[in-house]
Amino acid sequence: MKLETQCKVLEMTQLSSGGWSMTIESRGIAQQISAPDQFLHIKCGHSHLLRRPISICNWSAQRDLIRLVFEVRGEGTQWLARRSVGDCLDVLGPLGNGFSMDAEKRYLLVGGGIGVPPMLGCAVHGSGHCTAVLGFRSARNTMLLEEFGQACPGGVRLATDDGSLGHHGFVDALVRQELEAHSGDYDGVLACGPKPMLKSVAAVCAQLDTSCQVSMEERMGCGVGACLVCACKNTQGHYVHVCKDGPVFPAQEVDWNE
Amino acid sequence: MSNPVMSVTLAGMELKNPVVVASGTFGFGREYGQFYDLSQLGGICVKGLTAQRREGNPPPRIAETPMGILNSVGLQNPGVDAFLATELPFLRQYDVKVIANISGNTPEEYGEMCEKLSAAGVDMIEVNISCPNVKAGGLAYGTRPELAAEVTRMAKTHAGKVPVMVKLSPNVTDITQIAQAVADAGADALSLINTLRGMRIDVNTRRPILKMNTGGMSGPAVLPVAVRMVWEVANAVSLPILGMGGVSDGDSAAQMMLAGATAVAVGTACFADPYAPIKVRDGLRDIAANQGLDRVAQLTGGVRPW
Repeated sequence: MKLETQCKVLEMTQLSSGGWSMTIESRGIAQQISAPDQFLHIKCGHSHLLRRPISICNWSAQRDLIRLVFEVRGEGTQWLARRSVGDCLDVLGPLGNGFSMDAEKRYLLVGGGIGVPPMLGCAVHGSGHCTAVLGFRSARNTMLLEEFGQACPGGVRLATDDGSLGHHGFVDALVRQELEAHSGDYDGVLACGPKPMLKSVAAVCAQLDTSCQVSMEERMGCGVGACLVCACKNTQGHYVHVCKDGPVFPAQEVDWNE
Repeated sequence: MSNPVMSVTLAGMELKNPVVVASGTFGFGREYGQFYDLSQLGGICVKGLTAQRREGNPPPRIAETPMGILNSVGLQNPGVDAFLATELPFLRQYDVKVIANISGNTPEEYGEMCEKLSAAGVDMIEVNISCPNVKAGGLAYGTRPELAAEVTRMAKTHAGKVPVMVKLSPNVTDITQIAQAVADAGADALSLINTLRGMRIDVNTRRPILKMNTGGMSGPAVLPVAVRMVWEVANAVSLPILGMGGVSDGDSAAQMMLAGATAVAVGTACFADPYAPIKVRDGLRDIAANQGLDRVAQLTGGVRPW
């Protein structure tokens, strides 16, 4: 069930990366979360008509908490970043279909930039047998490394665009190394990040015959599947919708040339 | 405070309250039906239907503007046959009027769709002659009085007993000319306004936000334009009007009715708040009650112009 409710901000911290970590009282939304990488659609002040979709980083149904980690991208997220502990947010959620995971299986989690936070939810809630490959622009943009270290028994491998930390380059090279070195170890690759990154990770997985799920992004309206704006073309040539059919899709169903 | 009767009659169709949801903003009701009982609504204008399935336009299809949005969805829909097979039976579980919105490439296509929808027993057909996001048909029919009249006659000929409401475009010099042409051609009701053509540009990339470059603007920002056009049309023709364009609360709905609308449609407001149509209904009731009205319908045309 989806809820629209007023959620109180319980924690608000700026991360060293410049992003923000916000924990809210979920008013029952956390209990409704069915998979990692579902999202909340948040009203960001009265001067913006549309809500902003923010993916869920982590949650506790028992404690009724949801943690969001986001970056300021525009006026909406700027408004969100200015909230303080005790403020209330108008929240719609949980929305979308997250990563399909099996607690007993092994996954390679791949996150790029602001696609990193929802992968933490995969490691904490989806399966206890994960390895993470995380990509950032630079060492100073890294985030959540300690949490990933604790939640991923298979370890955390890093890539930076400028080579200031870990592998100098993109995550797809690390994904290839990891899959080639441990062929057969992984039941699947789960990825969230910019579309070019997802495309190259999907290509590596296709070559190495490893199943891959990707979390897509598109400009969104209603967030529930009614307005049809967040269109994403599938390999059958049909436009499906990120908010309702996704955001997670099997990589082989996405038309990467669109 | 009175307890006003909320029901209104739009071209012979009785709505339990004057709040309808606008085509293209509510899908076929399934999504918002997860938030509340759709029977609370007066009516549902379903997503625009075409004779064949349509995929719509490439993304991005939406851009936010000050108190509004631009969209370029381009009538993505499963086609009229799929609507009749799977969506109409779903909607029929609810005590709500179903208004089928249709767009054709030719007058004949409008006729064929009206025939099917009439046979299936929808409560009303809304003829879209004003979609700004499709190349063929669409807006062209809505900007030329003789073409608008031709489509209206075709729809009326094939719709049987089902009332035909024609949805007008605001992207014209004089909306009353089109309204008059459509009224003369036998339309039972008018709905207005469709979206206003607009454009937004990213100054850094110098690219329009929308992949189609331009799109249709809606949301609270367009309310004054819509109220003005409803007022002009109400003064020009005697057909009942479904008023839409920026309706988001009781006040905006009451303005629309005072300007001459019999009922109102809530659209873009649903994206910000799924419960917007319910809040509009309750807000309208409060306004009518505060004014001591017996019936909310007494608001219609009640503006006192200077």
